[in-house]
This record gives sequence, structure tokens and C-alpha cells, in this order.
Amino acid sequence: MAETALTDTVASTMRPAGWRGIAADWSSDQRAFKNVSWGKAMMWIFLLSDTFIFSCFLLSYMTTRMSTTVPWPNPSEVFALTVGDKKIPLILIAIMTFILISSSGTMAMAVNFGYRRDRAKTAALMLATAAFGATFVGMQAFEWTKLIMEGVRPWGNPWGAEQFGSSFFMITGFHGTHVTIGVIFLVAIARKVWRGDFDVGRRGFFTSRKGHYEIVEITGLYWHFVDLVWVFIFALFYLW
Amino acid sequence: MTNVAVPMEGQQHLLHAHVHDALASGASHTKGQQHPIKLYLVVWGWLFVLSTCSYLVDYFGLHGHLRWSLILLFMVLKAGLIVAVFMHMAWERLALAYAILLPPVLVLVFVAIMVFESDYTHLIRVISFAPTA
Repeated sequence: MAETALTDTVASTMRPAGWRGIAADWSSDQRAFKNVSWGKAMMWIFLLSDTFIFSCFLLSYMTTRMSTTVPWPNPSEVFALTVGDKKIPLILIAIMTFILISSSGTMAMAVNFGYRRDRAKTAALMLATAAFGATFVGMQAFEWTKLIMEGVRPWGNPWGAEQFGSSFFMITGFHGTHVTIGVIFLVAIARKVWRGDFDVGRRGFFTSRKGHYEIVEITGLYWHFVDLVWVFIFALFYLW
Repeated sequence: MTNVAVPMEGQQHLLHAHVHDALASGASHTKGQQHPIKLYLVVWGWLFVLSTCSYLVDYFGLHGHLRWSLILLFMVLKAGLIVAVFMHMAWERLALAYAILLPPVLVLVFVAIMVFESDYTHLIRVISFAPTA
């Protein structure tokens, strides 16, 4: 068994560079992702499917916005906040963007410390990431409340095209759900790291398998994806 | 048979270099993705700069092609940095990178289809629902 694993990672990974290597990896009835663990590969494949879901949302938003004859509400004004007596366009969304980027930064460092088996720093950075995420969701709740009080509904709003509300609630709602799930995921894994599950080989509650520090990287992949989706939402929904 | 052997001979050093590469990545796999913290901080900084730039596009109220091209440019740069560095795609095996990154690119075909479709819908709406006065 150990020998098989060895040949799988060393001998069978000899490939020419470029496209020929890709073809060699994918052909002849074998494992396609040689040195990538199943956990990481499955997270990537899940993220790919999630990409399609968000693509569909953004595409339907694009289609409704391009095909409506009624003017689209100006996001720059809709999402403006009045600070003091000055109206600053899009300021809340900008702050939310910075918060999410910061959470991505702390997450990337958590992965790094995880592989160094630095439990305290890994757990602390993951909890910081979760805190940034929770802040983001809180600000989104504030934004939703503000818009609902101003009369935005999925079937209409005071400023223009009716589809604005449905697009907004659908896209940001789905993204906010992802952030919320990510926060729960982060706290759960941070707890395991803190407790030292991956050092003593404690078996998981659901899987009854021993975990590895790689789960921190896999959690990180999900978290960075949430940030990635926000990059597209920020550009295409708020700035467009 | 010799026909096959000759290009294999030529690729020998190439293959050899790749074995080293694979061994190195295999070794790094057991330790996981290890990169200097400084790299993450630099990328973090760039993401802040790019986000600020895209916010300023709106703040100064740029319009037209300049606005769209700047927004899309900053968006693509940010997405690229996140995927390549934070998600470590730059160091993953090429077979995985292509399997994950190519399909989303094909969504652009879908985008093109829907652009034509919504143009058409818009045209029909303007023609059919024009105020008759």
C-alpha cells in the first residue's frame, strides 16, 4: 500500500511540460490530480460548480438590466451614506470590500501557520477571519434594512426598474449566505486546530477519520472564493 | 519504433527537469503550501490598492468606455491575485489548474449569447410597447 502510494506520487508524476503533460495526466484510466489530495480536489470542484451558480445570477442580472426599457436605479446614489452632512457614494460597500479583503489576508496567513503546526497563531488568525466575516454579514444586514425601509422590494423600488430589487436581494443574499456558512466553517475548524485534533490524530465527529492541517487550506479555499465572488459582485453590480 | 524513440530522446532532459519539479512539489505537498508571509502581505496591499482604485472610479464619476474598462481591469487583476496567490493556484499541478480555470472562461460564451438575446428583447420591447400618442 505504501509502495503504491509512493509510485503514485513520484514515478507516475513524470510528465513532459505543458499541454502534453496535461493530456498524459488525464488519459489512461488513472488518478488525474496526482499530488492533490481528494479533499482539496473536491473543494475545487465544488467551488467550480458554485462559480456556475453565481455566474447564472450575474448573467440573469445582466440580461434584465440590458433588456429593460425603464432606467436602472443608480447604485452610486442608492448605496450612498450621509456622514455628517456630506453624502458619500458607495462608502458602505467600499468598507465591506476592504473588510472582506482583510479577512482573506488573515486567512492566507492562517494556512501558512497551520502548515508550520503553530496551533495558537492558526486558530487566532482563523477566528480573526471569522470575525471579519461576521462584521461583513452585519454590515450587509444593515444595508438590507436601510434599503427595505426605503421601499426596495423584490417586485419594485422607488427609483426605477423593478428588477433592481430582485437582482439585489438574490445576488447579495446568496453571497451573504455563503459568508455566513464560511464563518461557521471557520469557527468549527479553528476549534479543532486549537484543541490539537490534527496533532494527536483525533477522529472527526462526522467522518470518524483523522484530520490533517490541510483542512485549514481547504477552508481557506472556500473563504477566498467568497472574497472572489464579492470582487465580481462589487464590480458588476455596484460599480456598473 | 525509432520514430518514437527519437523525440523521447530529445525530451529526456525536459522530462528530467520535470521529475525534479514533481519531486519538489511532492515534497512540498507533505509539508503543504509554504510561502513567505511577506508574499501574502504584498498581495494584500495590492488588493487594497486595486479596490481603492475601483472605488475612486465611482467616486470621481468616470463614465463611458473608460469607466467600464477600468472596472473590468481592476476586477480581473484582483480575481487573478486571489486565485493565483491566496488560493495557491500558481503552485498547483497544471492538470488541476486547467480543469478548474478553463470551464469558468467558457461562461463568456454564455455572456455573449445573453448580450445578443437581451439586445433583441430590448428592441422588441421598444417597438411593441412604445407609447402610442
